[in-house]
Amino acid sequence: MYAIRTEALTKDFSIGFWRPRAYRALHGLNLEVNPGETFGFLGPNGAGKTTTLKLLMQLIYPTSGHAEILDRPVGDVSVKRRIGYLPESPYFYDYLTAEELLDYYATLFGYDSVERRRRVSALLDQVGIAGERRLPLRKFSKGMIQRVGIAQALINDPEVVFFDEPMSGLDPLGRREVRNLILSLRDRGCTVFFSSHVLSDAEALCNRVAVLAHGKLVASGRISDLQAFDIRGWELIVSGLTPESLERHRARAQRVTLLGEQRYSLELPLAPGPEQLLRDLTGSGAQVVSLNPIRETLEDFFVKTIAEQASERWSGTGESRKQS
Amino acid sequence: MTTGVVRAIAVSVFRESVRDKVLYNLVFFAVLLIAVSYLLSQLTAGQDMKVIKDLGLAAMSLFGLFIAVFIGIGLVSKEVEKRSIYSLLAKPIGRQEFVVGKYLGLLLTLFVNLAIMAIAYYAVLGAVAWVDGAWFRPHWEAPAVDPMLLKAIAMIFLQLAIVVAIALFFSTFSSPMLAAALTFGLYVVGHFNADLKNFETVVDSKPVAYVARVLYYLLPNLAPLDVKSEVVHAVPVPATYLLLNTAYAVVYISVLVSAATFIFARRDFK
Repeated sequence: MYAIRTEALTKDFSIGFWRPRAYRALHGLNLEVNPGETFGFLGPNGAGKTTTLKLLMQLIYPTSGHAEILDRPVGDVSVKRRIGYLPESPYFYDYLTAEELLDYYATLFGYDSVERRRRVSALLDQVGIAGERRLPLRKFSKGMIQRVGIAQALINDPEVVFFDEPMSGLDPLGRREVRNLILSLRDRGCTVFFSSHVLSDAEALCNRVAVLAHGKLVASGRISDLQAFDIRGWELIVSGLTPESLERHRARAQRVTLLGEQRYSLELPLAPGPEQLLRDLTGSGAQVVSLNPIRETLEDFFVKTIAEQASERWSGTGESRKQS
Repeated sequence: MTTGVVRAIAVSVFRESVRDKVLYNLVFFAVLLIAVSYLLSQLTAGQDMKVIKDLGLAAMSLFGLFIAVFIGIGLVSKEVEKRSIYSLLAKPIGRQEFVVGKYLGLLLTLFVNLAIMAIAYYAVLGAVAWVDGAWFRPHWEAPAVDPMLLKAIAMIFLQLAIVVAIALFFSTFSSPMLAAALTFGLYVVGHFNADLKNFETVVDSKPVAYVARVLYYLLPNLAPLDVKSEVVHAVPVPATYLLLNTAYAVVYISVLVSAATFIFARRDFK
């Protein structure tokens, strides 16, 4: 059984009023997410992430292809009982309070009043807005609305949760809380499918990721296994380097930055490996502050992919030409 | 279709409408009605009761129409425009339940509004009868606090129920402004629809008469649901007439709500 499965999922939108033409927002997406996985759906703005999520929620219908959640077709009411969804930049009814909104949504799942009250209180506590439970939603800040959005997605204790940009609008503390929340969902066996354009979120949380650009799947798998995000060097921060040792490493380093008194940041190539480096440094009496791999960032990856696709289009040999 | 879900959506519509200051309109209406009635009772001799009855029923129709059109159109379009529909449709509800729930919620709002207006209306009639009754009672065609007025109010409710269905239908696929214009247009046309039935007596062209006849059946026929003059002038309105027109309204509304559901179920929310 798959928690989520899409098969050649494609969506065209019609653009223009007088002379409508098709714009392909999603090109034959094939995706398989296992139960219990935390899956990151990455891509720049306009890549097709929200379109995919809307297709999975059946807010829009596919032009072709097929999608299933928990082995049932999307849109099936029995599936909706088992999932939760946080839309991108959510909006809820101004005239309701957070408590009333969650109670309304809980009613749609058929819970009795005692159960509704229990779930609403627990969730308001969990997302940290218990103190504002009786405040009308129109008085809520963007970050607080995002928290309400997360709470409503969890009202039915779902097996699969879809979060569209869950960190958006949150301050650093809020982001950390959402990360912890996703980790706790993962720990209790919930499948989490979330879209983001921030690689570090995915690195911290995901078992696997899929990367989308211009509506096409350009990479998928574990971040560590993805060639796109291979380690391309090491960032070393050291203090107490002797002048000789500094000169020896400077010759090898791509960049040397003085951070403070006797503290240097060195960007070093992949070879020799970190073991050799550490031996050299400790032998010369330096103290290693940190050693981190340098990976290609998601942004670098997007820029490269988009540039490649653009050159394919212009050269006229790419598939994109046929599809546009 | 799950009754519990439809009820939950309907109740939320009612709550939204009440918090949307509709009640303030009602209070305004009641105060206005009382004030105007009092003035008229001072200015007219003998005809005061008839004028107050006419004016009250017309005001109920008009205010009801505004509520039906403006709230009716906002019901669906606001949800789509502000994207609150995204999280709602991800819950275990069908799009059909959403449309029916919205419709029933607005009917409930209209019913409560009309009920409050009717109470205010009867209160004014009672007050005027109590103050001026001894002088003018012999000139009245019907008693002041006449239960027959409820027939006219019930028919106003049916008219508005059709208007809400029209508003809902248009709001499932067009912009709020266009939907409002079309709904108002159909409300006006609906009161002159009978002219289309016998169009062949006015024009010689058979195709034109045929088109007019088709339009007669397609467009809402609201004039028969208007029995305000009859009840005010104490002309009897038979129960069979009311039943037949109620059946017409129910069928017309069912077709419109089904069409709205059909369109809404296929719509993409971009």
